[in-house]
Amino acid sequence: MVKIVDKEQIKQLFANGQRLMIGGFIECGAPHRLIDLLLESGVRNLTLIGNDTGFDDQKSGQLVVERRLSRVIVSHIGTNKETGRQMNSGDLEVELIPQGTLVEQIRAGGAGLGGVLTPTGIGTPVAEGSRTLEVDGREYLLAKPLRADLALVKAWKADRDGNLLFRYAARNFNPVIAMAGDRVVVEAEEIVPTGEIDPNQVMTPGIFVDYILRNGEE
Amino acid sequence: MTEMRERITRRIARELEDGDVVNLGIGMPTMVADFIPDDIRVIFQSENGFVGMGPRPPKGEEDPDLVNAGSEPVTIKTGGAFFDSTLSFAIIRGGHLDATVLGALQVDEQGNLANWKIPGKLVPGMGGAMDLTVGARQVIVATSHTTKKGQPKILPECTLPLTAKGEVDLIVTELAVFRVTGQGLLLKEIAEDTTVKEVKEKTAAGFSIAPELITFA
Repeated sequence: MVKIVDKEQIKQLFANGQRLMIGGFIECGAPHRLIDLLLESGVRNLTLIGNDTGFDDQKSGQLVVERRLSRVIVSHIGTNKETGRQMNSGDLEVELIPQGTLVEQIRAGGAGLGGVLTPTGIGTPVAEGSRTLEVDGREYLLAKPLRADLALVKAWKADRDGNLLFRYAARNFNPVIAMAGDRVVVEAEEIVPTGEIDPNQVMTPGIFVDYILRNGEE
Repeated sequence: MTEMRERITRRIARELEDGDVVNLGIGMPTMVADFIPDDIRVIFQSENGFVGMGPRPPKGEEDPDLVNAGSEPVTIKTGGAFFDSTLSFAIIRGGHLDATVLGALQVDEQGNLANWKIPGKLVPGMGGAMDLTVGARQVIVATSHTTKKGQPKILPECTLPLTAKGEVDLIVTELAVFRVTGQGLLLKEIAEDTTVKEVKEKTAAGFSIAPELITFA
């Protein structure tokens, strides 16, 4: 059952050393209010799984800037100079994965699959140390499933049963990580009564969602 | 600089055909969209999750939820559609893109591309580039012919970590258009203000020359 909870209750979900999936694509569709609570909670030594590490002068990027992360599993770090600095100084472990492979690893984690086979990265450094398999004459890399302790999701609208809609390009990784977290926490621009979102339009069914951050007006 | 980028992207725009679905990499490749002739319809895919991408909106009408993969404000055209990142990469990897246009740090005569890492110096990451090169039917590289220091970027063999092995089809620079063939590079066109001699001097890779070499502006 979905619980609509306040900021303090959200903060109690965070702990040192957790593995977190965070939605968004360089800040677009990133759960900025949940990231604020994560920063306020003071937790450290986190592993981040997501598309990127944000901009160093915007919200998502502060997880790196404030040194809350010890490891990131992402496709791109070029928009956050601090990520590169901490990688070079040995303070942050950075695992770079092709974006299409990363998102499929997360989907596999949420969908009960033992991984996916992808042609992406064959013949590049990405293939080093990975298992390869030949299927019908073509070579593929085995990409293993990824899961997380918590998935932090940004939605446009949520109903009180956790059914979600996303807006424009803010969808990106959000509905995928919503399947792959042991607990799934949502911030929504608007929380509406159940029934107000047409079941035909639901993008993430509420059964995936555990907590929704209460909005100010409620 | 602007002039060079315009020339390259204007030339690449001529490769695209009516009905093509195309992904443009961040940076210079995004300019290709500005040079599509009015009488054809090209559908642009943005790997952060939509098809039907339109140009930058007028000032004041930007929407933080509607940006391209380089975080720049864009618009959605009538008939466009949004989706999540798994579907976006199903389009990319699954052979549903007619072409992708990407930048290069290095590209070589076997069609290898390097554009995601300079060890010890710059490591932006590959983002969606490896999936794009594997999945798109045609991989077009848009690059300056040499580095800022004048070193060749078109090499016998890439020395930087690869983004793609043998996936590049066409290389367009401010000086030349090369087709990557099974027998190495074929010089198809040269810019109107250069010579084959200059192209040879600035290209480290070997290449053959098309019998009917044409010029582009």
